[in-house]
Amino acid sequence: METRFIGTSVPRKEGREKVTGRARYVDDISFPDMLHGVTVRSPAPRGRILSIHFEGDIPWSEFTIVTAKDIPGKNCIALLIEDQPCLAADFVNHPEEPVVLLAHRDKYLLEEARRAVRIEIEPLPAVFTIEHSRANKQTIWGTDNIFKSFRVEKGNVDSAWANADFIVEGAYETGSQEQLYIEPQGMIARAAPDEGVTVWGSLQCPYYVHKALVVLFGLPKNRIRVVQTETGGGFGGKEEYPSMIAAHAALLSWKARRPVKIIYDRAEDMVATTKRHPSRTRHRTAVTRDGKLLAMEIDFTIDGGAYETLSPVVLSRGTIHAAGPYNCPNVRILSRAVATNAPPHGAFRGFGAPQSVFALERHLDRVAKVIGMAPDELRSRNFIHEGQALAVSQVITEKVNMAHLMNRAFELSDYHAKRKKFDAENSENTIRRGIGFATFLHGAGFTGSGEEYLASEVAAEATSDGYVRVMAASTEMGQGTNTIFSQIAAETLGLGIEQIEIMQPDTAGVPNSGPTVASRTSMIVGKLVESATREIQQKLLAGGLLKPAYTAKDFAQACRNYIAENGPLHTLAKYEHPRDLHWDDTRYRGDAYGAYAWAAYVAEVSVDRRTAEVRVEDFVAVQEVGKVINPVLAAGQIEGGVAQGIGFALYENVVWQEGRMLNAQMTNYVMPTSMDIPSIRVFFEEIPYSRGPAGAKGIGELPLDGTAPAIANAIAHATGADITRIPITPEVLMETLESVHA
Amino acid sequence: MPDAVRKIRVRCHVNNRPAEFEAYPMSRLLDVLRVQGELTGTKEGCGEGECGACSVLIDGVLANSCLVPILQVEGASIHTIEGVAEGDRLHAVQQAFIAHGGAQCGICTPGMILAAVNLLSRYPRPTEAQIREGLAGNLCRCTGYIKIFDSVVAAWRSKERNA
Repeated sequence: METRFIGTSVPRKEGREKVTGRARYVDDISFPDMLHGVTVRSPAPRGRILSIHFEGDIPWSEFTIVTAKDIPGKNCIALLIEDQPCLAADFVNHPEEPVVLLAHRDKYLLEEARRAVRIEIEPLPAVFTIEHSRANKQTIWGTDNIFKSFRVEKGNVDSAWANADFIVEGAYETGSQEQLYIEPQGMIARAAPDEGVTVWGSLQCPYYVHKALVVLFGLPKNRIRVVQTETGGGFGGKEEYPSMIAAHAALLSWKARRPVKIIYDRAEDMVATTKRHPSRTRHRTAVTRDGKLLAMEIDFTIDGGAYETLSPVVLSRGTIHAAGPYNCPNVRILSRAVATNAPPHGAFRGFGAPQSVFALERHLDRVAKVIGMAPDELRSRNFIHEGQALAVSQVITEKVNMAHLMNRAFELSDYHAKRKKFDAENSENTIRRGIGFATFLHGAGFTGSGEEYLASEVAAEATSDGYVRVMAASTEMGQGTNTIFSQIAAETLGLGIEQIEIMQPDTAGVPNSGPTVASRTSMIVGKLVESATREIQQKLLAGGLLKPAYTAKDFAQACRNYIAENGPLHTLAKYEHPRDLHWDDTRYRGDAYGAYAWAAYVAEVSVDRRTAEVRVEDFVAVQEVGKVINPVLAAGQIEGGVAQGIGFALYENVVWQEGRMLNAQMTNYVMPTSMDIPSIRVFFEEIPYSRGPAGAKGIGELPLDGTAPAIANAIAHATGADITRIPITPEVLMETLESVHA
Repeated sequence: MPDAVRKIRVRCHVNNRPAEFEAYPMSRLLDVLRVQGELTGTKEGCGEGECGACSVLIDGVLANSCLVPILQVEGASIHTIEGVAEGDRLHAVQQAFIAHGGAQCGICTPGMILAAVNLLSRYPRPTEAQIREGLAGNLCRCTGYIKIFDSVVAAWRSKERNA
């Protein structure tokens, strides 16, 4: 089939607004009579609230003050369950827990007022680490501090150890990571008992916010409206926390009877909103002398923070990805998300997988070393092929060729020659060089029966002048939703990109196409865009209003005639779960994802032996993501993800003290700058996915999985250091290097 | 606010037009531009001069407007993102950012474009090292910078072609 837009780098739909400064983000919007709002947070990690005092030389009567007792409905931020309060009423469970809200016209006075609120707390013993939480000497959640646990069993692990030539064990750690979108979070609300609640803000998932506000206010769904404003990055960080800020702004507005804006400054955004879950992973692997994996036993734990929020789902993805793209006959994965008295950890691009993939890919290099085999040889002997089953017993039915991806990445990075060269030269040099890689997969869309449960919808409507509007709740936050949807719709309809209009996500005007997460927007929602727009075309063709091989003018005329005769030309596409995909939630096995992206990443590093500083010198990312809809946008996703992965591996270190992030500034929480990024060379293999729009699969999260382990393996190659945790800051590496030479 | 501090009157040029602001002397240029100037293209990312989202040009020098008190710009010529295009005609850097994927979420874009414009005014044909250094004060979390480098290169090449 001739394609006009699929596979071409159509310029970003909202590009012009963004490069001219005209794009309107939440803080760029104001209402007359608008007040500003701030949040007063708990002074302690855990305790009972005794009293709240409004002190200092502050004209308190001018302020709108909201506490838990002002909540009209249920005091919670409804998500999977309803355990997280919107405002703490009697107890606090982490040091950033919201207790009091204040609103005033004067932002500066408001800040002084925030500091003059004194919350008196009777402290209770708190838990700050995964280890203490698991020991359960202090129970802070449920009966055992465990939000959720999973068990995956394939084959019979217990019987495999006896046949092993080698049994290799390892323990791995990953730290927290802040999403650090450059636009801090914020919301504006206009709410009143007689009108309902409207919020505008920076967010990924309009219907998550909608659901939370319905429960919080106890109002019918049609009295709550959520509108996404231009969103300056999300990366998972604007998946759940926007519900909290929207709730706070709406409560203040409800009481003040005026619009209220809450914009977090950077420090508040960093301490209070969700970050990537810290993790601990243990591996025990049985392997033969010739490198055949016999058994993998994996124990994976993540720190969920004080409330359950999305931790069960993050844990699920981390668990399913923990055994990678390998065909091992016997696998056991035990995993759990535990409670600590830190702010809840949440979604961050990769969603649990970067943690467990780091452990696995680092571990496999260590296994190879133990058995005296090259790390690529070990992988090659165990890669999964069509017809074989992953750890969750999902038989791969689509084409996959991991060895090809790996070898292509090796050619492009000159891996083998460099590995030899560095081995020969390193002992002479102060600057050591190394090259390492990771091979991995990432499942696109919601896990298991998740997509069936979401039952996403996309609508399309043609206007009488031949424009077609696509209506979906999927948000543009930089990743390219507007452009990809326009390409799919224009391709389907045979129209120009400029004839496609993507509606602003607004719960009053768009159906629920599900959250903008899980690498699902292009693949799952894009398919619905294709279906909804195809149905428009079919209605016109079936009615004889349009002949095949039509022009844009014919199309407009046909739309005019249709609308004159029948009224609005409107279609609605609903997700239909493929019948051959089956998932067993109780045994945690089956078709975990409709499709996987497959990848091999190679990192080349240099390490200064004197300062233990690491530089990434070159990076090659080869992946198979189905048909690439827009090459520039797709490469931009990979490059950006690799940069975040470099930060995860080397720089981004959240320093905790009693559940509080100490380094909540861009000055001391360091993300990569233009000076820290190597040339990132991105290559796509394209095998069209049978169920994706034009053959596309998900792509967004993939690059976070393999970047950090590729870098860690390169550092291990350069220095001989046995890297087991990230971030590998110079301090961490120096300690490890000292142990090598001790 | 402390009563002793009085608002001052500051006269300057913004995007080649005379402007007059009345503000407390230590008010941040960023806030004055955004609120009184209604120039919301200048963004706040960190408020401490790390991210460069609030970059503007003050007398041709790239500056973080979150660190500049309004009293310092008396008589200065300030350029913001709103002044980069000439009417509907985009600057070569803006065109290149659209064509080469230099903008994703767009929040760092105004500052990044001003940094790139400033870079090209100093180095009309910058090397890769000059581009990296010239943009090092502007953080981008989306792109990994590669497409931004591509955009800057495309911009100077197109400027030369059209010169």
